[in-house]
Amino acid sequence: MSVVTNTTTIGAIDAPSRRNTELALVAFAVLISVFAYANVGLALNGELPAGMLGYGLGLALLGGVAHLAVRRFAPYADPLLLPLATLLNGLGLALIWRLDQSERFQAIKTFAPAASKQLMFSAVGVAFLVLVLVVLKDHRILQRYTYISMLVALVLLILPMFFPAVNGAKIWIKIPGVGTIQPGEFAKIIIAVFFAGYLMVKRDALALASRRFMGLYLPRGRDLGPILMVWAFSILILVFETDLGSSLLFFGMFVVMLYVATERTSWIVFGLLMSGAGAVGVATFEPHVQDRVTAWLDPFAGWGKEAASEQMAKSLMAFGSGGTLGTGLGQGNSDLIGFAANSDFILATVGEELGLAGMMAVLLVYGLIVERGVRTALAARDPFGKLLAIGLSGSFAIQVFVVAGGVMGLIPLTGMTMPFMAAGGSSVIANWALIGILIRISDTARRPAPAPAPSPDAEMTQVVRP
Amino acid sequence: MNKPLRRIALFCGILVLALLVRTNYIQYVRADELNANEHNRRVQIERYAHERGNIIVDGEPVTGSVETTDSDFQYKRVWKNGPMWAPVTGYSSQAFDSSQLESIEDGILTGNSDQLFFDRTLSMFTGEKKTGGNIVTTLNGAAQKAAFKGLGAKKGAVAALDPQTGAVLALASTPSYDPSVFAGNSMEDSDARQKLLQDKDKPMLNRALRETYPPGSTFKVVTAAAALENGLYTDIDEETDSPLPWRLPLSTNLLQNEGDIPCENASLREALRWSCNTVFGKMSNDLGNAKMIEQADKFGFNKEVFTPVRADASVYPKDNQPQNAMAGIGQASNRATPLQMAMVASAIANDGKLMQPYMVAQRQAPNLDVIYTHEKEQLSRPLSAENAQKVQQMMETVVADGTGTNAQIDGVTVGGKTGTAQHGLNNSEKPYAWFISYAKTDSGSPVAVAVVVEDGNANRDDISGGGLAAPIAKSVMKAVLDGK
Repeated sequence: MSVVTNTTTIGAIDAPSRRNTELALVAFAVLISVFAYANVGLALNGELPAGMLGYGLGLALLGGVAHLAVRRFAPYADPLLLPLATLLNGLGLALIWRLDQSERFQAIKTFAPAASKQLMFSAVGVAFLVLVLVVLKDHRILQRYTYISMLVALVLLILPMFFPAVNGAKIWIKIPGVGTIQPGEFAKIIIAVFFAGYLMVKRDALALASRRFMGLYLPRGRDLGPILMVWAFSILILVFETDLGSSLLFFGMFVVMLYVATERTSWIVFGLLMSGAGAVGVATFEPHVQDRVTAWLDPFAGWGKEAASEQMAKSLMAFGSGGTLGTGLGQGNSDLIGFAANSDFILATVGEELGLAGMMAVLLVYGLIVERGVRTALAARDPFGKLLAIGLSGSFAIQVFVVAGGVMGLIPLTGMTMPFMAAGGSSVIANWALIGILIRISDTARRPAPAPAPSPDAEMTQVVRP
Repeated sequence: MNKPLRRIALFCGILVLALLVRTNYIQYVRADELNANEHNRRVQIERYAHERGNIIVDGEPVTGSVETTDSDFQYKRVWKNGPMWAPVTGYSSQAFDSSQLESIEDGILTGNSDQLFFDRTLSMFTGEKKTGGNIVTTLNGAAQKAAFKGLGAKKGAVAALDPQTGAVLALASTPSYDPSVFAGNSMEDSDARQKLLQDKDKPMLNRALRETYPPGSTFKVVTAAAALENGLYTDIDEETDSPLPWRLPLSTNLLQNEGDIPCENASLREALRWSCNTVFGKMSNDLGNAKMIEQADKFGFNKEVFTPVRADASVYPKDNQPQNAMAGIGQASNRATPLQMAMVASAIANDGKLMQPYMVAQRQAPNLDVIYTHEKEQLSRPLSAENAQKVQQMMETVVADGTGTNAQIDGVTVGGKTGTAQHGLNNSEKPYAWFISYAKTDSGSPVAVAVVVEDGNANRDDISGGGLAAPIAKSVMKAVLDGK
C-alpha cells in the first residue's frame, strides 16, 4: 500500500521538514526589518535609533518563539508562511515608527505614536499563533463548531452597529480600559470556519441537485437560501456600517469557497451578478459610497472640496514621487496624506520611500503568502481543510487586493487595513491567528503518512531456491 | 476539488498581477505627471529646502534666507531694507508665490535652472549642500537710496538709467512695502498680505514700471524731437509759427499756457524753457498723429518693456486732431511709465541712441561662476546725434535758466524738463509733478532719471515738476556722479 501517490505539489513522503530553512528565512526577515529601522534613524536623525536594539531583539524574539512553536507543534508546516509574515510585520513596524517621527503628525494634538503599541499587538498576535498551534492539534476539530462559529461571527459583525461611527465607518467597538477593537477582522476567520463546515456538508446537494438552464446549473431554492442570506447580510453590513471593504471580503470569500466546494462555474456568475447588483444598488443612495466612487474616478477633481478625493489624490502623489527607486526610508513626505497614513495608507509610504522596486517586492511577498495558502489547500487531504485553507488565503488575497488597489486608485477606496503592515491591533492579531491556522493545515497536509507496519509474513514469502 | 483550487490560485495570481501592473503604471508611467501636479506640496517643500540665492547690489546681497521651524518649508526669504528694494526684487513668499525679479530669475535663485545643470551634477559628487545661484543687478545703491529718501512720504516713483548702456540704476516706488512681512506661510503672513492688498494707497504697485501717468510737459521733448527729425523746424533758435492764443483744431477751445509766458512765435529753446503749451500743441498738430506715433514708438511707446521685469506699455494712441494736439503736450490719452520717460531722457542724453534697459548684469552659479553676462544692446535710434544734441541744448537751458533750476548741480551739465500733468475729470484732481533729466560729464552722460510725484497732500498751487520732482532727480544724479 503506497500513500506516496504524489499528486500534490507538496506532500512527498520523504519531504524534509524544512524547519532549518524556515529559521534561516526568519532570521533574514528580522535582519531586513532591523536594517529598515536603522535606515529610518540614520535618515531622520543622522544616528542609529536608540531603540534599535530593543526593536531588533523584540522582533527576533517574536520570530524565534513562533519558529520554536512551529518546530515543536507543527514540524512539517510550510516553511515560507512564517518568514513572510515576520518580514511584513517587521517592515510594517519600521514604517509605523518612521511615521511616528513625522513632525507633521507630532504637531497634531490628538496624535499618539503607534509603533510601541504595534509591537505589543504583534506579540499578542504571535501568542495567538502559538496558541492555535498548541491548542488546535488537528484543524478538523473546528468542524464541530460550524454553527457556533456562524453565531459568533454574526454577533461580531452586528456589534459595531451599536457603537458610534469612526471616520464614517461603523466597524469599531469600544471596550473601556482595553481600547477599540475591529471585530470584523476576527469575524473573517470565524466565518471561514463556518463556510468550510457548512459547504463540506452541503456540497453534494449544491453541486448536483440543480436544473440546467441556458448552460448554467441553477441550484435549488433551499440550497440557494444560505447564499442569498449571506449576500443580503453583506449588503446590510455595507448599509449600516458603511463598510464596503468587509462586505466585499465576506461575499468574495463565500463565492470562492462555494465554487471550490461545488466545482460549478455558475456560482461565480451568480456571485458576480449579485455583488454587482448589490454594490450598484447601495451606491445609488449611500453618500459615503458615492464619495468614494467619485474620488476614485477623478481624484484631483475634488481637491479642496472633498476630503475623500483629496486623500486619494495625496496617496497617488505619494506613489508618484517615489518613482522607481523611492526617496529612501524617512526621506519622503507620505505623512502629507494625514491621519490614515499609518493604517489604510501604509502602502503609500512604501511606494514613496521604497519606490516601485519596494512596492513590487512587498506585493510579491503578499502574493507568495496567498499562493502558499492555496498550495496548502491543494495539499490538504480532507475537504474541510481544503475549504478552510482556500477560504482564508482567498480572503487574504481579496483583502490585499482591495486595500492596495484602493490606495493606488485601481478600485474605489474601501478602508481596510493592509494585513500585518498597517497599524492596528485587531488586524495584526487576527492575521497572525490566520497564519497559525494555515500553518496547522499545512502541517497536517505535509506530514508523512505513518510507515506501514512491518509484516510478520515478510520472511515467509522469500523465495527459497532449490 | 483541485481543479477549482488551481483556478482560484490563478485568480489570486491575477489579482496580484493587477496590483503589480497598477504600481508600475502610477510609479513609472505617471510619476512625472503626479510630481508636477499643482497640488503636490512636495514641489514646494523641495523648493524651500535649500537656501535661496541672493539678489546683489553693489556687490552686497539685498536679500537673504533664514531658517524657519514653524512649517515643513525650511528656508524663508528675507530682504535687507525691503521697502526700498521691493520695486526691484519683488517678493518671494512660501504661501503666495513670487513676483518680478524673484519670480523671473527663480530658476537661478532656487538652483533648479537648466543653466545650472552641470553645477548641480558636480555638487552631487562633491557632496556640497544645494544652494541657489545669485543675480547681480545693475542697480546703484546710493542712487536707489537717494530716490527712496527723496520720495519719502510722498506717493510717486523714480526710474534712473545709465544712458550709455541702458543699465537700470534706480527704481523706486512709494509708498512701498516690506516683502519680508509675508514671506512665510503663517496666518500672520496671510494677514499682513491681506492688509497690503486692501491698502488704498496700493503699496504693492510698482509705480516705476507698472503705472502709467499722463507725462505732461515732459513729453514736449518728444514732440520737439519729432519736429526736428521730420524737418518741421531745424534751428532751435529760429521763430516758430505759433500764434497766441491758439485754438485747438476742430474745436472752439483755446489752448492755455500756465501763466503769462512769452510763447507767441517762441523758438523751440524758449518754448521748452517756459513750457509753452500753445507752441508744442500746434507743433504736434502740424506733424499729425501718424508722425507723432512714429516718434513716440521709436522712444519705446506702445510696447511693453522687459528689464527683464515687465514694464507696462506706455501709450501714444491713434487719435483725432484735437486729442493729438493735447497728446503732444503730454495730456489727453497720452500715458507713460516713469521708466519710459527715463528712456526718453536717456536716448537724448546718449546722442539719440536708445539702449535696451536692463537690470540683471550677471547670473552666477552657486559657486559664483558667472554663467551669464548682459551685453549692452541698442533698442532703437529715436533721433540723429545732431538733433539729439539740439534737444540737449534745449533741455540744458531749462535747467540753467528755466523751470528746472532746482536740478542744477555745481560743475556738471544737467539737462531736464519739468512737467505738471493734469488729470481727473476737468482736471479736478491734483496734478502729477514730473521731472526728467540727465547729467553729463566729459565722458558722456552717466545717468538719466525720471521722477513722478503724485502727491495728493500737497497744496495744489505748490505742485510743479520743478518744485517737487526736480530736487529728487538732482539727488539721484548727484549720487551717481559722486560714485564715479
